[in-house]
Amino acid sequence: MNTSTLRSTSSRRFTPGKVIGGILLILILLFYLMPMYVLVVSGLKDAVNVNIDKMWDLPNSFTAGGFSEAWDQLGPNMSQSFFLVIPATVISALLGAVNGYVFSKWRFRGSEVLFALVLFGMFIPYQSVIVPLIRFLNEIGLYGSLPGLIVVHVIYGLPITTLIFRNYFANIPYEIVEAARLDGAGFGKIFWQIMLPLGLPAFVVVGIFQFTNIWNEFLFGLTVITNPREQPITVALNNLSGSFSISWNVVMAGAVITALPTLVIYILLGRFFVRGMLAGSMKG
Amino acid sequence: MDSTPTPTARSVGTNLSSPGARSESRRGLSDRLLAFLTLSPSLIALLIFVYGFIAMTVWISLSNWNSPKMDLSLADPLFSSYDRLFNTTRFQIDLRNTIVFTILFLIGSVGIGLLLAIVLDRKLPAKPLIRNIFLFPYALSFVVTGVAWRWIFNPESGINRLAEVLGINKVLDLFGLGPVQINWLTSATVIGDIPMPDFVKAQIGLPVAMIPVIIAAVWQLSGFAMAMYLAGLGTISHDIREAASLDGASTFRMYRDIIIPLLKPITISTTIILGHISLKIFDLVFAMSGKGPGFATDVPGIFVYEQTFGANRYNLGAAASVVMLVLVSLVIVPYLARSLKDVER
Repeated sequence: MNTSTLRSTSSRRFTPGKVIGGILLILILLFYLMPMYVLVVSGLKDAVNVNIDKMWDLPNSFTAGGFSEAWDQLGPNMSQSFFLVIPATVISALLGAVNGYVFSKWRFRGSEVLFALVLFGMFIPYQSVIVPLIRFLNEIGLYGSLPGLIVVHVIYGLPITTLIFRNYFANIPYEIVEAARLDGAGFGKIFWQIMLPLGLPAFVVVGIFQFTNIWNEFLFGLTVITNPREQPITVALNNLSGSFSISWNVVMAGAVITALPTLVIYILLGRFFVRGMLAGSMKG
Repeated sequence: MDSTPTPTARSVGTNLSSPGARSESRRGLSDRLLAFLTLSPSLIALLIFVYGFIAMTVWISLSNWNSPKMDLSLADPLFSSYDRLFNTTRFQIDLRNTIVFTILFLIGSVGIGLLLAIVLDRKLPAKPLIRNIFLFPYALSFVVTGVAWRWIFNPESGINRLAEVLGINKVLDLFGLGPVQINWLTSATVIGDIPMPDFVKAQIGLPVAMIPVIIAAVWQLSGFAMAMYLAGLGTISHDIREAASLDGASTFRMYRDIIIPLLKPITISTTIILGHISLKIFDLVFAMSGKGPGFATDVPGIFVYEQTFGANRYNLGAAASVVMLVLVSLVIVPYLARSLKDVER
């Protein structure tokens, strides 16, 4: 940017290349926004005005459209999702914090191998554990219930939460731990008084990441909970979408309702969101 | 599990040999034991829920259990479920679909991700807004994505209708080409027929119905690739760019010859992460098109679900899920090993 003024003015001019580039960029942006446009515009149309020929048109009157019926259908499932996601996120974050603390500051022989074995759990296709999982939950009396699904999400969330906390704590200099130990602080005290306060940003990252992951999850919700009224909202949306008695403006409104909580989080806390999604790629 | 804490605690004193730790070796020992004990509930849970359950699934895949009544007796011959699986046309189609989907999805999402990152690497008005527009689909559920794109690629409305509304059909008409009337998700057509040995019963080509699913997946996940590349571009120092531009390299050549090669580790990580997602893709296809006409969009994830929960063929479903696990492991295990070696260095 320190080039001469002459060059910087010339680079500000509109060249044909820039105009074409700009138009291309706008077209790509429109492509990315198109599905949201379709969802919102269709959701806002009422049953009389949902005509497949007019799918791309704006609604000609402003009504709640499909939203009120979609809310009637999905409301109970949305509260189920909140009752699932909040405890599962909090518990898996706390356990991940403790695990990450041990894996970063209390390494022992073989801890790296153990850590790798823990991480493997976040990549497996859940189809490869689903039948034993359901039988196990059945044995311990948790099959078909929300607490059962919470347990499932806490355990399968451990690899990613452990990873994020481990990478975060690894950046805290070992000298701080050393100094605390010389002052007589032990394993627990170092965690509560040093790591936990320093780890607050990691809690935000993990919290957002787990909230989004668990909210959006589908297979466990579909198979662990059998009563459609108690299934998480993603499963309920899919049921709604496959039902022939529901008109598609309601389905589209339902999709908007399902997407809303994670979208709000993304809009409010996008910076932390991106850090979480990059942490999943393991480069700390 | 019980015998591990002792050798563990002993070894650490030598590993992290700091004078402070050694003078308090008794305390240190109990602290180390405490550390391991704190870890153990999670380790035990994952030992059961990941490794134990995988082992049981492998067992089921080798068993005779193919009815609602559980039967864990081993099959004779042992691998008969796998034999049946690979000789089933539907599963062959599923593997074809997974491969086609993975290749095109990776080219699309990594390519577009790189392109978007390069665009956003320059001075632009409203850059944060633009970046967020590319990234927000990642925050959505695959089910939401599936519902939206299912209507966009509905043959009667959606894209075909948009071509009419925007006048694209009129333009095509000028060249003597008909209006856009592709059946998309309801099409059973497979483009191409690569010759294969006799045991391959599936037609090897690109199923038309798979195209919308690939587009939806690229829409959702290219933002991830972009974010990875933006993070990578951020680490390429200003000096390198400066040197390149002083050499008189054009922007295009600077990216092609210098920056993109420097981004190779990012390309590898992104490809592996996205590749493993596409190998186990389930929700998106399930919500968008299901198995599709003639299994045009069927994938192993749906096969497992239907065989297990629909048809009660537990052994066949388990065998297919083990195939999924092996495919994912082929990609992920070397990646995990490499990443950990990097950490130790």
